Amino acid sequence: MAGRRDFWQRVAIALPYLWLLVFFLAPVAIILKISFADPIIAQPPFTPFFDDQGRPDPTIANYTFLLTDKLYVITYLKSVLMAAGATVLCLLLGFPMAYGIARAQARTRNVLLLLIVLPFWISFLLRVYAWIGLMNNYGVINNLLMWAGLINQPMQMLYTDFAIYIGLVYSYLPFMILPLYATLERMDLDLVDAAQDLGASPSQAFRDITWPLARPGVIAGSLLVFIPAMGEYVIPYLLGGPASLMIGRVLFDEFFVNHDWPLASAVAIVLLFLLVVPIALLQRSRTQEIEGEA
Amino acid sequence: MKRRSYFVLSVLAFGYAFLYIPLVSVIIYSFNDSRLATVWGGFSTRWYGALLHNREVLDAAALSLEVAFSTATLATILGTMAGMALARFGRFRGRTLFSGMITSPLVMPEVITGLSLLLLYVSLQQLIGWPAQRGFTTITIAHTTFAMAYVTVVVQSRLAGMDESLEEAAMDLGGRPLRVVFDITLPLIAPAMIAGWLLAFTLSLDDLVIASFVSGPGGSTLPMVIFSKVRLGVTPDINALATIIIAIVSLGVLVAWWVSGRSRRRTP
Repeated sequence: MAGRRDFWQRVAIALPYLWLLVFFLAPVAIILKISFADPIIAQPPFTPFFDDQGRPDPTIANYTFLLTDKLYVITYLKSVLMAAGATVLCLLLGFPMAYGIARAQARTRNVLLLLIVLPFWISFLLRVYAWIGLMNNYGVINNLLMWAGLINQPMQMLYTDFAIYIGLVYSYLPFMILPLYATLERMDLDLVDAAQDLGASPSQAFRDITWPLARPGVIAGSLLVFIPAMGEYVIPYLLGGPASLMIGRVLFDEFFVNHDWPLASAVAIVLLFLLVVPIALLQRSRTQEIEGEA
Repeated sequence: MKRRSYFVLSVLAFGYAFLYIPLVSVIIYSFNDSRLATVWGGFSTRWYGALLHNREVLDAAALSLEVAFSTATLATILGTMAGMALARFGRFRGRTLFSGMITSPLVMPEVITGLSLLLLYVSLQQLIGWPAQRGFTTITIAHTTFAMAYVTVVVQSRLAGMDESLEEAAMDLGGRPLRVVFDITLPLIAPAMIAGWLLAFTLSLDDLVIASFVSGPGGSTLPMVIFSKVRLGVTPDINALATIIIAIVSLGVLVAWWVSGRSRRRTP
């Protein structure tokens, strides 16, 4: 079909193209522009990009503030650490699960996969909310532990970093399992058997065969957990304490509570900058996947 | 499994318990008579009744469904076009930028998507007076922008895995390109379009962060209302609402699974 380009093909390209230029590219350009403005009390609450004489009048004050303010630097570092920690936990839990699903009988496998996908279709917000009832000081877990006599008084779980980790792992575990399952399911089991027949220990066979073959799945799954976890707003807000600072929440507050639009924009641009490498890696593995199928 | 590994089995059991215990506990507590959400006060369905009379929740649910329906339909139209353009039209000018823009919303943190679109709306309002107020339209546009990316990926990979020979044969027999698209290509990718529509619908219904940015006064979606209630802790009527949603989703997924299993068996 290539080569011949008729009117309707042009339309099919132009419509989504225009949509994305207006509603995706332009908004990103606008954030970038506003991140170089000063906040003022006006409507809209930031200085125009061009001064009275029509000359561009950018300020880098927002960026110098972000990179020198201790609170912001710590928040960025903590977001990276927590997202990375959640990714590792998802991998530790998700790898054996994906392996078990891939090796199950065909019938069982379909049910197990269905149960992994099912939570996707149930409201994310409500699933995070469910943990409040579990981790409350007088919630299900504490009641059970006290009833069993393991503790005398409630453990503080809710509104701690521990709760954020639970929420992140719980919400993003399926994103880790599905790509891992896809690579493990394609793997030739005879290779592992052959290695063990030739005298490799199970751990050697895992290290030299299973792990390298599963690597594309590990990479894709880890990125699919890490990237959204970095910008997460709902989980730190509902499960974390007031001091549990993650950058998504700080951005939200900077915009809605402090009404500092330029600073919120700069926070977004720096977050995007931190995510450029992981996003590029994910895009590459995705293109390879689609072109590999063809 | 050749050698049954107890390690793998126990991690599986733990993993599924981890995924499902919160849902089960919400369902149980939705039937709790006590207002204190963590004390069992006997069986009751009164929170379901309370939900049915809660205008705020019902209005928000109606708005959410309207937005999700419009989003899914718009995103499926635009996403199918984009998927066909990427999988079938070969090279065209600006293809690299196009495919970059199509997949970027998939990985963009929600807070950034929401903030950037709100700032666009504010700028547009100053320039051309539109959108005069934020609500249904602005949320639908925002949701369509990220949902069409998912539809595109689904359609594109369906087309990539599909033989082009049927379409080529139709063209060789003199079919006009638009006829070929409607008679051959669209029926072949219909399952992908339906899957994309459902995905877009669910994503739209699920979104809190983007809607919170781009909505205005009076335009609260269901997740926004739920969030304003649960930020203060556990509330029994939200347990009831969650149970209803879990029931609908499980039923839908089971039916879809059963139907697809039957059709697979009929056409081996």
